[in-house]
Amino acid sequence: MFVPNSNAFPEKSSNAIADPQLQEALGLLRVQSIPNRLKAVDKLPEFEALRDRARDLKDHILGHLDQYLLQFEEQVKLSGGEVHWCSDAESARQTILRLCREAGAKTVTKGKTMIGEEISINDFLSENGIEPVETDLGEYIIQLRKETPSHIIGPAIHVTKRQVEQTFREHHTDLEPARSLEDPNALMAEARAKLRDRYFEADVGITGANFFIAETGSTVIVTNEGNGDLTQTLPKMHIALTSIEKVVPTLDDAMTLLRVLPRSATGQELSVYVTFSTGPRRQTDPDGPKAFHVVLLDNGRSGYLGGPMQEMLRCIRCGACMDHCPVYHAVGGHAYGWVYPGPIGSILTPALVGVENAKHLPHASSLCGRCESVCPVRIPIPKLLRHWREEEFTRGITPAVQRSGLGLWAWFAKHPALYRFAARWGTRLLRLIADGRGSVSVLPLAGGWTKHRDFPAPQGKTFHDQWRAQRSTGGAK
Amino acid sequence: MSTDRDRMLATIRAGVSRSNTKGAPKPGPLVPERGQQTGRALVELFRKQAEAAAATVVEVARAEDVPAAVADYLRGRNLPPQIRLSPDARVNALDWKSQPLLETSTGASDGHDLASVTPVLAGVAETGTLMVHSGAATPNTLHFLPETHIAVVYADELVGTYEEGWKALRAQRAGDLSKGAMPRTVSFVTGPSRSADIGKILLMGAHGPKRLHVIMVDAKRPRH
Amino acid sequence: MPPAAKGQRVALFVTCLVDLFRPSVGFAAVKLIEQAGFTVEVPEAQTCCGQPAYNSGDRADTQAIARHTIQAFEGYDYIVVPSGSCGGMLHCHYPELLAEDPKWAARAVAFAARTYELTQFLVEVAKIKIDAAFPARVTYHDSCSSLREMGVKTQPRDLLGQVKGVQISELAETEACCGFGGTFCVKFPDISNSMVERKTADIVASGADTLLAGDLGCLMNIAGKLKRQGSTVKVRHVAEVLAGMTDDAAIGEAE
Repeated sequence: MFVPNSNAFPEKSSNAIADPQLQEALGLLRVQSIPNRLKAVDKLPEFEALRDRARDLKDHILGHLDQYLLQFEEQVKLSGGEVHWCSDAESARQTILRLCREAGAKTVTKGKTMIGEEISINDFLSENGIEPVETDLGEYIIQLRKETPSHIIGPAIHVTKRQVEQTFREHHTDLEPARSLEDPNALMAEARAKLRDRYFEADVGITGANFFIAETGSTVIVTNEGNGDLTQTLPKMHIALTSIEKVVPTLDDAMTLLRVLPRSATGQELSVYVTFSTGPRRQTDPDGPKAFHVVLLDNGRSGYLGGPMQEMLRCIRCGACMDHCPVYHAVGGHAYGWVYPGPIGSILTPALVGVENAKHLPHASSLCGRCESVCPVRIPIPKLLRHWREEEFTRGITPAVQRSGLGLWAWFAKHPALYRFAARWGTRLLRLIADGRGSVSVLPLAGGWTKHRDFPAPQGKTFHDQWRAQRSTGGAK
Repeated sequence: MSTDRDRMLATIRAGVSRSNTKGAPKPGPLVPERGQQTGRALVELFRKQAEAAAATVVEVARAEDVPAAVADYLRGRNLPPQIRLSPDARVNALDWKSQPLLETSTGASDGHDLASVTPVLAGVAETGTLMVHSGAATPNTLHFLPETHIAVVYADELVGTYEEGWKALRAQRAGDLSKGAMPRTVSFVTGPSRSADIGKILLMGAHGPKRLHVIMVDAKRPRH
Repeated sequence: MPPAAKGQRVALFVTCLVDLFRPSVGFAAVKLIEQAGFTVEVPEAQTCCGQPAYNSGDRADTQAIARHTIQAFEGYDYIVVPSGSCGGMLHCHYPELLAEDPKWAARAVAFAARTYELTQFLVEVAKIKIDAAFPARVTYHDSCSSLREMGVKTQPRDLLGQVKGVQISELAETEACCGFGGTFCVKFPDISNSMVERKTADIVASGADTLLAGDLGCLMNIAGKLKRQGSTVKVRHVAEVLAGMTDDAAIGEAE
């Protein structure tokens, strides 16, 4: 089961920094994704205005969520499908298992779904004798490696090409061991061939849904590979797994979001395949599943409506925030310990698993704000991180190192005369330690700083002391 | 005993009633200026965008020219002259016999077809995107299983924006796509299948077609 | 914005780091503001903008500090801060912090409306003409709060463009965070180090001999790293260069 391990962030992040293969992979992400997004944004003069529309559309949806969910459910029924409301992960797992058993499923193909990771559906199905087969290439790679995804768009971005080759050799044991896998095309062709038969064998196809449409009861998947389409067309049952906040009023509204999503995620004008699925196969269709089910997961989201964290529910899962985050660039996704990494993960993980189980994440940020500057729906991420920090402070669960000394500092800040006194003596002490050198490389109580940097010494008397001295002698500098 | 549905709706309703976006109006669409071309400029935009997404595009004057264009394309790339045709008359009623070296068959794909030829609902110039949908005449498997997908786009099927594409579909279904009127799938297809999951290297032909070839016919879709 | 009137009173918010570690930045700011025709005062009661408490989730203490600060700075035409991060705290966050307090909400908004980052003030309000020389190849780090909270990007570059002898060689990633983030750099030293290493590598690659920025926190962080790496790149606050006060040792250097 994908049990949250977010409280191990400090240790995992330090290990990540010391991992050369991971650092190589993260470097590639950083140098490509940032310019790719910029190129796409530059080509569309309306992009900034579209971000405003996308934000306003999401705010409207959240302000009318019950209405749109009910309309969606009605439309799914009218087109021959069924909606299953699941308040938590266990309910969703049991629902999916029951549906798979109804279909007599032995194997299930899967398109990429973060909700699937959230409820640990793969492990659960395996434990119950049903084999899940990941078809998204990145998910397939990490399934072979028994890893979890490290990015919400590219689950295997932490894996280098060399590592993929190694993994394929280890697992595709029925193939010629001496075959060349130098050319990455060979790797992809191998994955394509291996997975092709599995699509046809599967009894059930489980996909996610980036959005779902109230007007028509349709679920929407956005892929570049086409794996999601094969997953939901070939088996006899299609299960679309999604969460409540992804509903969109109309088909046209979906296109507003689609104009900002791929550009933000990969720098593409539109992802290769955007598919709207509605109900099971029609009587005259020559292909398609005979049954269509939507599993609608809550898992704590509804509790954030109407509260100070509501804006986090605007997220359209583009990944731009983590692509631009200097902390993510340094440590990658696994350090965050759960399904959603990076800036959005630092807000969402505490929300869904409890802030006491993810207490470092809201602090693992310099609050640089780059995430907010690229978010297509303008989520005020630094503000929401601060909200979690306030929550932790109030509940007394701020990790100790974060709290130390701050109450004292705040007290001084409210008492100017004493502040001046402390500042005067503090600077004298530091200059004593520096002893004429411009900076010190070891400083008691400041190990966090001096581990990697020298500490610049104070120039001399404090500004306030000098200013007061000048005023009293009547001279200005 | 309350169900998950009851509990979820109760919490959602309570949250919505407290929300500072309750009653927030829905914004209208913002259609990019780029999609507001017409005539020749529209065709050029479609071609430029489709090619930027790694599709190939040729133009022919009449529907009668399509079979030859298909044969040329396959020959030019050393691909076998075997195609699976959509049952739709826009493709199926063309004179394939004029190309005797082309082996044709018609219907859905079972995964063994190397190339398919299909019509489209619309070609959307804003991003060089094809709108296709499932159906008896347009099986979905033809859009996804073959290695090469050849799409025939007639001049009056070319539109500037996604919204106009939806409008075209609505027009076919008496203006209303709700209550089960939607085709089972409607797909927006922009270029061939690809993935950058292996070391961030962009590779074509992940699971869907490796090649997407668009034949634009400078004529209205035939009425059969 | 009203045209700058000579004799208007500016209150300088010194900032903790300038006060404790590099007062010359404060004096450079005073010199520049006076040069532009304003009178400068330094309200005695000021201490800290409250960021450390704010970013640690201590909302109550932060609000108390905010009230204290607003009170100390009322009655001036402008409040100028030689720091984008303290400036952002005063200008962007004080109104939000006190929005629910009927006695202070309006005062906070009025206070914020008169608060400027130094280079922003010099360009947009004072419309200063710089008279200084600094023959050097410099590069400029856009500190995060300056850039994203105060909208400072072109202003320091405009001013540096007027300094005789300055050649600007831009970093490949001017907008990437340097890893300081206040208490962040001591809470997560390895991550902060990773970030500052990327920044120093960028600085070295730019070929500049001097790094400038408008935030002493960033500058101390970067200078500390450059020193540890044995680099000869000098680090100064942009105010020092603009005021022609570059005789003092650079940040982290012995006198």
